[in-house]
Amino acid sequence: MAAHTPPPYKGGGRGVVLTMMEKEILEHGYNFNRRRFLSRLSLGLGSAALGSLLIPDLFKGGGSEDEAFTPGIPHFAPKAKRVIYLFQNGAPSQQELFDYKPKLRELLGKELPPSVRGNQRLTGMTANQSSFPLVGSFVDFKQYGQSGAWVSDLMPYTSKIVDDLCIIRSMYTEAINHDPALTFLQTGSQQGNRPSMGAWLSYGLGNENKNLPNFTVLLSRGIGNGQGVYSKLWSNGFLDSVHQGVQFSKGEDPVLYLRDPEGMDRHERRAMLDNLAKLNEMAYEEFGDPEIMAKVKQYEMAYRMQTAVPEVLDLSKEPDDVVKLYGPDCLVPGTYAANCLLARKLSENGVRFVQLYHQGWDQHGNLPFEIAKQAKDVDQASAALVTDLKQRGLLDETLVIWGGEFGRTSYTQGKLTKDNYGRDHHPRCFTIWMAGGGIKPGIVYGETDELGYNIARNPVHVHDFQATVLHQLGLNHEQLTFKHLGRRYRLTDVSGKVVRDILA
Amino acid sequence: MLKSTVYLGGLVLVGLIWASEACTSGNAAATSDGELPDVVSYNFDIRPILSDKCLVCHGPDANKREAGLRLDDPKSAFATLKEHPTAHALVAGKPELSEAFLRITSKDTSQMMPPPASNLKLSDREIRLIEKWIRQGARYEKHWAFVAPKKPSIPKVEKEEWVKNEIDYFILKKQEEKGLSPNEEADRERLLKRLSLDLTGLPPNLKMMERFLADNRPDAYERAVDELFKNPAYGEKMALHWLDLGRYADSHGYQDDGYRTQWPWRDWVIHAFNKNMHYDDFVTWQLAGDLLPNHTKEQLLATGFNRNHKITEEGGVIPEEYRVSYVTDRNDTFGKGLLGITLECAHCHDHKYDPFSQKEYYQLFAFFNNVSEVGIESVIGGPETYAKKPLMEISDDDVKNLLTFVNKQDTARLIVSVMGDLDTLRKTYILKRGVYDAHGDEVEPGTPAAILPFNPSYPKNRLGLTQWLFDRKNPLTARVYVNILWQEFFGRGIVKTSGDFGMQGELPTHPELLDWLAVDFMEHDWDIQRLVKKMVTSATYRQSAVVTSAKLKADPDNILLARGPRYRVHAEIVRDLVLSSSGLLNRTIGGPSVKPYQPAGLWEGATSGRGLLSTYNQDHGSKLYRRGMYTLIKRTVPPPSLAIFDASNRDLCEVKRLRTNTPLQALVMMNDPTVLEASRVLAARLLEEKTSEKDKISKAFRLIVCRKPTEKELEVLTGYFEQERKTLKRPAAEKTLAVGEYPIPAGVDRVRLAALMRVVTTIYNLEETITKT
Repeated sequence: MAAHTPPPYKGGGRGVVLTMMEKEILEHGYNFNRRRFLSRLSLGLGSAALGSLLIPDLFKGGGSEDEAFTPGIPHFAPKAKRVIYLFQNGAPSQQELFDYKPKLRELLGKELPPSVRGNQRLTGMTANQSSFPLVGSFVDFKQYGQSGAWVSDLMPYTSKIVDDLCIIRSMYTEAINHDPALTFLQTGSQQGNRPSMGAWLSYGLGNENKNLPNFTVLLSRGIGNGQGVYSKLWSNGFLDSVHQGVQFSKGEDPVLYLRDPEGMDRHERRAMLDNLAKLNEMAYEEFGDPEIMAKVKQYEMAYRMQTAVPEVLDLSKEPDDVVKLYGPDCLVPGTYAANCLLARKLSENGVRFVQLYHQGWDQHGNLPFEIAKQAKDVDQASAALVTDLKQRGLLDETLVIWGGEFGRTSYTQGKLTKDNYGRDHHPRCFTIWMAGGGIKPGIVYGETDELGYNIARNPVHVHDFQATVLHQLGLNHEQLTFKHLGRRYRLTDVSGKVVRDILA
Repeated sequence: MLKSTVYLGGLVLVGLIWASEACTSGNAAATSDGELPDVVSYNFDIRPILSDKCLVCHGPDANKREAGLRLDDPKSAFATLKEHPTAHALVAGKPELSEAFLRITSKDTSQMMPPPASNLKLSDREIRLIEKWIRQGARYEKHWAFVAPKKPSIPKVEKEEWVKNEIDYFILKKQEEKGLSPNEEADRERLLKRLSLDLTGLPPNLKMMERFLADNRPDAYERAVDELFKNPAYGEKMALHWLDLGRYADSHGYQDDGYRTQWPWRDWVIHAFNKNMHYDDFVTWQLAGDLLPNHTKEQLLATGFNRNHKITEEGGVIPEEYRVSYVTDRNDTFGKGLLGITLECAHCHDHKYDPFSQKEYYQLFAFFNNVSEVGIESVIGGPETYAKKPLMEISDDDVKNLLTFVNKQDTARLIVSVMGDLDTLRKTYILKRGVYDAHGDEVEPGTPAAILPFNPSYPKNRLGLTQWLFDRKNPLTARVYVNILWQEFFGRGIVKTSGDFGMQGELPTHPELLDWLAVDFMEHDWDIQRLVKKMVTSATYRQSAVVTSAKLKADPDNILLARGPRYRVHAEIVRDLVLSSSGLLNRTIGGPSVKPYQPAGLWEGATSGRGLLSTYNQDHGSKLYRRGMYTLIKRTVPPPSLAIFDASNRDLCEVKRLRTNTPLQALVMMNDPTVLEASRVLAARLLEEKTSEKDKISKAFRLIVCRKPTEKELEVLTGYFEQERKTLKRPAAEKTLAVGEYPIPAGVDRVRLAALMRVVTTIYNLEETITKT
């Protein structure tokens, strides 16, 4: 793609190009004209926005008149079709994982120079601390791969795939507490009540799969100090609820209320629905309200979902080599490893945005012990996911992202002892990695100063990161807007530029 | 290829319909795309275009203004242009000399307006409208919503015999202009269901249905209205929209999302509606009850309104940052909920569309900035953290004597967060870019001048602010609340964007009606119940909801109301309807929120692991059967079955819920234990009656759908019953019945019960069941 003013993308095979304005009108059409708009079949919230079910793929074509659709509006040819976001919730310490700072070890216990800290605002947890002694990583780093990227010994599996990764060490954010920082990264605003990244992509790109939700959420938790997650992080905000993230949970009901009650088999459900449809049609004859028939279709969609979702979530048929790749935990529902494997399956089946959250990365104290556990939880499966996608030829069209909501301080929080310390929140720099999806593999981008406190080169703001993700999916972040209460909103709010240096 | 044509056709159709609706909301349905009105109205035709396409750069925001030009201000628009001292953006009567017109028609991309980079574009019609408006003299008008309403005269209509009250004249007038005529009155059963759901959130019971069907007096309907007003469920139903507006919840929000005991405030809201407290008092107490001379405990409790916002318990936050966010929340709630304006847009900069400066934002902010609160008072913990200072304690004596409506169920200490000001005034500054510590100039309390200047005789505190709010010259207060109630009963506000009456909001579909109702509301001392009665006794409201294909085509969104409102009920009411019709409903009013059945693991999966709400300990017994409004709202994990039906998550003030139709809703109705248990309990009750199966099914239908089934409907349902009874095996029947905690009567035929239960579940799943029809 040309770097500037890309020509409009002709939308795959169907020759459908929607301008932003048309798309916006259509979206309003969902809300404004739904009563005339028989085919508006959205899905709900909090639990499952399976809007996708009836929605023919814009790229693949298909669908029929009686099916609803959410057409996409790629602004130019996308590099990636889908995203898997491995969110490390709580903010993993970059110093112990990817941002190698030998100087910090040398300076162990020395005060952080005030000139480095500048007018940095601190959280209430360390603002009153009388000193800020520096502390280096308790764990060693080595260089790996062609790229020679430094990775700590806590990440033995990830270190083997560094040539597939683009490691960004120069991310920075504006928030210093978990809730606003998470919300900022996911929705572009610290306050929430805006659509999250997955919702924007669902809105912008439409669906690939008729039987699965476009945006799914999978949760897991490590033993480290944890922070909650909030449903606003996968909210559709002011977009139609068709774009809401659907939380898939472990257990018998992966989507809320999906399972038929005990004692009822599929034939009996079918019989119930057939009778229900007869009755609803009688009401339609009397009232002529298209909503009635829309309701009938929703029941049909629910019925299809009841089969489709458990099928894709069934891991029992995964071959041994796959199980080996992800590690034995992948067969334990609700673990990060199981969620990574599920993410691959969902993504492979066309789910546009799979969002994982792994909790437990908030190491204010007891860092060496906790972070080792956390890293062990996620290292093998994260690497396996990238490898698995690559082996299946899917990595090129799938963008995988790994990272937290901010970084951690290079000085210790609380008492520094020989083998124990903690680190406070640090918005000024943190590390994430991306793989696939048209991102340059095998590079390390950006640099922090020798104390790992400030960014020395190529800073990447959260909005830059978001703009880049959208760009890889064929969307211009300044054009992907939605008008709500008098203002056109976008994921990147009022700033952000695509980080072109990392594009393949 | 054929398919994609169909698809594109549909898209264009939607586009056109939407576009015409947006441009001509005032005379919605029929204006074709090509026709221009005889007289182009600034407010209705031109301002929406300017606001949407031009004012970002040529509007009120001084910092973003290009070329020093304001198109929303005639002084600037007619003045000579800074950069071309010989030219004027507008020359009255002469589009060919008006630079603005030349620019919007220019083909030169360096001249063209809006500039291509803005991604904005004017349609041909918009350009022609602007041309005609300039030709007609380019006359500006003040934004309609910022001019105090005057009571318009009642219009003359042809079909006067249809009319029941003033509302109908305005509605019918518009219909007649468009060649439409209203529907007949709905049949009595459906009318009663609609009314009962709207006024109490509960379906009418059989006795009431019988009585109403048999009542031949001419005022039978009005009597039914009065009877429902007397039902305490009226207060509960009315409270719902206010709990959304007042962002009421049972948790503090933010990351740990700990428990709070704010429910006595909710009990007060129910009480206030049941007492028919008038809107001016109702709001005054909530905004400034603590400042009223010799205020009562009840008045203090009412101020909980302004403490319902989220409060952090996350150790390590910067207290001032959060304190500022609480004040911001109050300010934005005041703007959106009570004034219907998007005040929050002026939080970081001057408002881009409406005439509110950033300074005015912080002047209003100053009223709410003096609370004796801190950003973080405590981290998540025990009962002492369930309310934050300033707080009030409600003693057992209070409940016996003063606050009898507070349903306190034990003797434990009960605390509620309420308002209370510091003794010394906290200074308020403009916050640059909205950043909590970027202090700009100091400001005094004040109100946006474009709405109504603050009368200097009012005290400069929240009490004075309520006097300003209820000043008869305030153009917004009455209109906004009238509109919210209209939305509640008719499904869509007269101003569709009920939270935005500003320039980017939609124009009223019936501006005269809105003004008439607003002035009438004020003239009758803000009497809420009187206003409600006016709405529900109108012929407009009482129409049948049947829609012919011709009407559907002429007015698909029912903007002209030539048929009755037909909408799915609110999330809480879905639950209420199920519980009530099955006989399970526990009619207790108020008290601590409850935890009914909920899919396992939701709270546990999302929690930080701290606090009372980290695990979901489901309630048992009668607490399982409380109304939906009493289900505990944990903000970060709102109750799923309610959320799926679009209930608010109560994070921020909300004046309009989405109304979606999703497969998840189908799954809830098919598989939620609440629905299944209610089906079983109702089936068991019916089996105990000595009636035929057909009668049992017919009775279930009446209880649930609130009308007698037709023969055809009954045939389908009895057929289904027979089928199920024949094919269901005993073990499957046992499993089917094993849902919910309510006991199964002994000695009942299990297969028969399970078969009838499935029939009842099917009736619950009818589209008509959860629809006011």
